[in-house]
Amino acid sequence: MWKWLHPYAKPEKSYNLAGKMLPWFALFSAISLTIGMVWGFVFAPADYQQGDSFRIIYLHVPAASLSMGAYLSMAIAAFIGLVWQLKMADMAVAAIAPIGAVFTAIALFTGAVWGKPMWGAWWVWDARLTSELILLFLYLGVIAIYGAFSDKLLAGRAAGILALVGVINLPVIHYSVEWWNTLHQKATISKFDKPSMDTDMLWPLLINLLGFGLLFGTLTLMRFRNELITRESHRPWVKKLFIEDK
Amino acid sequence: MFAVFMQVIKRELITAFRRKSDILNPLWFFIIVITLFPLGIGPEPNLLLRIAPGVIWVAALLSALLSMERLFRDDFLDGSLEQLMLTNTPLGVIVTAKVVAHWLLTGVPILLVSPLLAVFLSLDANTFTATFITLLLGTPVLSFVGAIGVALTVGLRKGGVLLSLLILPLFIPVLIFATSAIDAASFGVSYAGPVAILGAMLAASVTLSPFAIAASLRVSLS
Repeated sequence: MWKWLHPYAKPEKSYNLAGKMLPWFALFSAISLTIGMVWGFVFAPADYQQGDSFRIIYLHVPAASLSMGAYLSMAIAAFIGLVWQLKMADMAVAAIAPIGAVFTAIALFTGAVWGKPMWGAWWVWDARLTSELILLFLYLGVIAIYGAFSDKLLAGRAAGILALVGVINLPVIHYSVEWWNTLHQKATISKFDKPSMDTDMLWPLLINLLGFGLLFGTLTLMRFRNELITRESHRPWVKKLFIEDK
Repeated sequence: MFAVFMQVIKRELITAFRRKSDILNPLWFFIIVITLFPLGIGPEPNLLLRIAPGVIWVAALLSALLSMERLFRDDFLDGSLEQLMLTNTPLGVIVTAKVVAHWLLTGVPILLVSPLLAVFLSLDANTFTATFITLLLGTPVLSFVGAIGVALTVGLRKGGVLLSLLILPLFIPVLIFATSAIDAASFGVSYAGPVAILGAMLAASVTLSPFAIAASLRVSLS
């Protein structure tokens, strides 16, 4: 297994591989997002209780699940970088962190917009909202420490360690917040009972999930390539690449 | 290995006692922050009892943050941290000793002044016991987890603000369980559950964080 993986530890190879994968990811994410969004926002039936305002689910749920998925993939990359000392993996950590932070911010924002008509408040200290907010803080920490080092090789490693510490803490934080919520809860939120989803509503959601996943892949590949080019800018192959392009 | 462990602790204590303000200032800070709350909110005992767990623990977090930097900063600046890394003792043992010494210098003083808090915030005996136990179990967790952040930022020139951004989110579970234990005690119900979880967090942070601290120090010093 390692034999075919090894060449990709070379920056040039993985740059080219990412370049080859990029158009496919971009194409399929564009297709599935178009289908999913149009289906979800125009054709899916309105909810019998929430009316049309439930449609924000098509943004909210994919962003929220991707925000956690992105953290997990970042931690996996960090682990690979730490154990096998692969530079590429550290670059992937740096590439993923801002994207994950943006997904988290989208999930929080759409959640607030959805919460206003449903719960009557922009923000409640619900367990899931709180742990999503803390997830955003963890992302910002990783981004901040990556930015703080001027030597990007060290920055990548430091960010990787922090991402790993965060991923160990994440379940602890999640459960503690959940527990805290049940202990401290004063005002009971009139949380609607989630109606088991109609297939007409579920399909666009699944397509959107796939589309967001592919979008995440596309953005990661783009940022990864940028990161790689910037860090290797003094190398002959990079120079050759850009001189030949002109 | 144990001899080295004790040696490092002894060294830390000696250097700290030569500059006592390093130990005392975070402690003053802790007491002053707690004094500010009754002044800001009002002296009514019921209200104070209600907010006491949060106030005590937020003040403890902030004062831990203040004292955290001296854990590695001075040794880093004068080069003795590099010497410690070059010894043939595993780095994990040395950093554990340093963190334990740090807790003796910052956590234990907070425990010692905690009876004063009971008077300030009109805690009853049961609530005070719970507060004491959570501080006893929780402050070492703060030292161990915080040390990871310090080790990551020690080489940076402006590490101070960054340090707080990195480690405060990681302190949240300690805050939650400690305050809920104190809360439970103030309502007169059993607080064994949250205290047990605090103990579990202490065990996990003592065993796992030295590896993270050692790895971070290697990054900062390379």
